[in-house]
Amino acid sequence: MKKILISVVTIVVFALYAVFGRNSSQASSTATGKPSSSNTYATNTSIAYKDGSYPGSAADAFYGTIQVRATVLNGKITDVQFLQYPNDSSHSVEVNQSAMPVLKQEAIQAQSANVDIVSGATQTSQAFKESLAAALSQAK
Amino acid sequence: MKRTRLLMGMPITIEVVDVKVTESDIAGIFDYFASVDRMFSTYKKESEISRFNAGELTKKQLSTDVRQILQLADDTRRESNGYFNIAHNGQIDPSGIVKGWAIYNAAGLLKEHGFHNFYVDAGGDVQVSGKNENGTYWTIGIRNPFKREEIVKVVRLDNKGIATSGLYVRGQHIYNPHKPNDPITAISSMTVIGPTVYDADRFATAAFAMGEKGIQFIEKLPGYDGYMIDSNGIATMTSRFGRFVINV
Repeated sequence: MKKILISVVTIVVFALYAVFGRNSSQASSTATGKPSSSNTYATNTSIAYKDGSYPGSAADAFYGTIQVRATVLNGKITDVQFLQYPNDSSHSVEVNQSAMPVLKQEAIQAQSANVDIVSGATQTSQAFKESLAAALSQAK
Repeated sequence: MKRTRLLMGMPITIEVVDVKVTESDIAGIFDYFASVDRMFSTYKKESEISRFNAGELTKKQLSTDVRQILQLADDTRRESNGYFNIAHNGQIDPSGIVKGWAIYNAAGLLKEHGFHNFYVDAGGDVQVSGKNENGTYWTIGIRNPFKREEIVKVVRLDNKGIATSGLYVRGQHIYNPHKPNDPITAISSMTVIGPTVYDADRFATAAFAMGEKGIQFIEKLPGYDGYMIDSNGIATMTSRFGRFVINV
């Protein structure tokens, strides 16, 4: 169900690209120091389609051309595939990828430390572990 | 009641809010962690894993728990397209999956004993259950990978697991199994939230090994969210991560 919803959303998004031109805020893999605005997508769960396989028009997606093909079975979209995808190395395509979401970014900022628990990678080192093991064996 | 002990080379904290909890209940959970350490510690020559690595034990001679971990690690390797891999240089180091698995089991033990409001935190990977002593869901701060004493994001979790993989430790323990000689420098920290800390831990480890693509891997995992911090201090979050965030 969720996959169908994502596919519908993807089609709507690319349709909007084709009609309204490119969206100017992009999540970039290089640091910009500026948070980009989060994208909100229109959703529609009550569309009925005729069965078949439908290639979309090639759309300008800023960093290249995107073209998708939607497959409809029993009145529902069951698959969306990329026919064309930009070759920009910072947006590498993975096989069977059916959606390429733009994720929100922000520069990290200090927050209040008034929390119940802290999650972070363990600050351990080989020396610390050896030292700890030695100390604990003395404590036995 | 809140208690902390150093086990498995890291601080383990257990806090239980339910009034009927006793010292003995919590001590029992620490004992469980100690038993996990005896089985899996690569720093203990006599652990099952060390003996397996030294060729002293065959796979068939391993205990059920150890064999279960090897199986789970194999499943995770496939689910992550090989980015999660406990085998390095012919040796097995299952620490990227044992921690979450052990915390999850410890939380299960507490639930079996009838406790509902608690958390189990082992080295910054946490399973929360119920509410804190103020009657609100547990709040967790994500550490700044560049400044350990600073929190950069606060989330409030309703019965979830959270795990953070990072490289701000001395001695790299995560690397890209597809390119073992390349150190992972693109990102500094990967935090994953999921239904269980067991899954959050193994997927955080896998996602970290993917570098900047890791957050997309988490985005595509139904039921999981992530907050990734790159080496420039820019965070990228999954599309539904915001639902956990609180501004303290």
